[in-house]
Amino acid sequence: MVPLENYLVLSAILFSLGVYGVLARRNAVLVLMSVELMLNAVSMNFIAFSAYLDPSRITGVIFAVFIITVAAAEVGLALAIVIRLFRNRATVNVDEAAILKW
Amino acid sequence: MNSLDVVGPQLAVLIAAGIIVVIDAVVPHQRRLIPYVALAGLAASALWTVSWVSRGYEDDIFGGTLALDEYAAFFYFLFAGITATIVLASIDWVEREGRRQGEYYVLVLTACSGLMFLAAARDLITIFLALELSSIPQYILAGWGKDEKSSEAGLKYLLLGAIASSLLLYGMALLYGLTGTTLLTEIGSEVAANGADNRSLLIVATTLLIAGFGFKMAIVPFQMWVPDVYQGAPTPVTAFLSVGSKAAAFAVVTRIFFEALSPEFLSNDWSMVFAVIAAVSMIIGNIMAIVQTDIKRMLGYSSIAQAGNILVGLAAVSAGGGDAFKLGGSGVLFFLAAYAFTNLGAFVAIIAISQQINSDRIKDYAGMWKRSPFLAVMLAFCLVSLTGIPPTAGFWAKIFIFNAAIRADLAWLVIIGVANSAVSAFYYLSVVKQMFLGEPAEDAARVSTSPSIALAVGAASIGVLVFFVIPMPLLSAAESAIQGLVPLT
Repeated sequence: MVPLENYLVLSAILFSLGVYGVLARRNAVLVLMSVELMLNAVSMNFIAFSAYLDPSRITGVIFAVFIITVAAAEVGLALAIVIRLFRNRATVNVDEAAILKW
Repeated sequence: MNSLDVVGPQLAVLIAAGIIVVIDAVVPHQRRLIPYVALAGLAASALWTVSWVSRGYEDDIFGGTLALDEYAAFFYFLFAGITATIVLASIDWVEREGRRQGEYYVLVLTACSGLMFLAAARDLITIFLALELSSIPQYILAGWGKDEKSSEAGLKYLLLGAIASSLLLYGMALLYGLTGTTLLTEIGSEVAANGADNRSLLIVATTLLIAGFGFKMAIVPFQMWVPDVYQGAPTPVTAFLSVGSKAAAFAVVTRIFFEALSPEFLSNDWSMVFAVIAAVSMIIGNIMAIVQTDIKRMLGYSSIAQAGNILVGLAAVSAGGGDAFKLGGSGVLFFLAAYAFTNLGAFVAIIAISQQINSDRIKDYAGMWKRSPFLAVMLAFCLVSLTGIPPTAGFWAKIFIFNAAIRADLAWLVIIGVANSAVSAFYYLSVVKQMFLGEPAEDAARVSTSPSIALAVGAASIGVLVFFVIPMPLLSAAESAIQGLVPLT
């Protein structure tokens, strides 16, 4: 059986890739995809913990299901806002969304 | 107790939201009733909470995922009051905006129910869901305005909020992996038993939790969204964000740190983390606020500084056992309530003024005393309370927090806090000076006040005054709320 550590390391790598994407990407849609990557890394963590440490109760799996649901709602909303921004400004570049500065 | 009764306060709010959807869709010509339905729902929610309090509390609901304690009740009243004030203050603005009136109130009420769930949540899954239930409507509301600024505020709030949620979830995943449960109380006993072995991982998990909630609390270094969103979002929404989600974040952090990460674990080094974040938040918030020319942006930075003040209380909680525990905890709750009244009063006055002068620049507030004596006096009074000068509730709030910090041997933090209050006096009082001593522009018309705005700003200001004159009832409510929370000591 694959040891738990492997899952945790994979999840940490995915999470870090997500963080990198959030910081480095300037396209709002790609930033959103990076956030999704972070959330999915976390879900993997939950499922791995649940399967290895707590197989009788499935709390971690249920948590992962909730994360997926909420993430879907969040992405739907985010895309709506991005479309609005695109209509206003004809860009999805987060650096150009910068009227609010001191 | 039957289980629907247990979530009654939230249910009342959500039912009101449902009724509003129906009115909006079926009888659109009765739209003017909508805000009153919202207010009725909030009143029902508060009454339901009263009936709970009188019937006594129960501990174990929905498998222990929700708490029915005095702590939750305290925040139910606070959130119902906050939301009612926001609804009153929004009536004119929403009517003038003219579109999707029902949806606005539905979102505000949904966010309110999320905040209530957050104050009662006792399980990591419930905390996460309640957080999202309150956040998602707030993301929509921040982007509600028609202008580009508002869409930008919405986008920034949502993207940074989603990142904060994923950091929070990573922390929760580690906590779950370490303890094998998501219930706060079970996590608490697990940490007390085996915490020492996994100390370094627990620290990583807790740091991630602080990062996730720090975003909602608006503390440095998770504050970069605050000024932009506060300035860009419609003013009633800004008012809601500045008191509602901040209070809920502090509520849930206090609960987690009391119940799950017990005092033994919350030893001196945690106190130091909170103390340093508090000091940096106060300093950065106040210094940046000085140079602002937009009043909403200034209040955004000021809210970062105020979050620093509240964190002083949490630092005191974790530094000393026993006495400082109670003093710090009740100080935090008192501060949150006083801050809610004060900031709402200030924001409602700003809503009324900015609607008519169509500007948020501090310069345009010159001579407001001559254009609207009532609003100028109320705004000045609330700004004085934010500074922490008597005769206002803000004065006691700061005294209680700093007193707790001194008991916990954090004198250096108190010195920084007091120095920062002096700095904050500069920018708060310069608005006051502008309003009373400045000359209005030649063509400046009078600024009128509608009854709903007058009621909202009057109620908030009276609250600020009343809790200065008799702070004891609020303080003892805060104390018993905190004591209901402490399973140890």
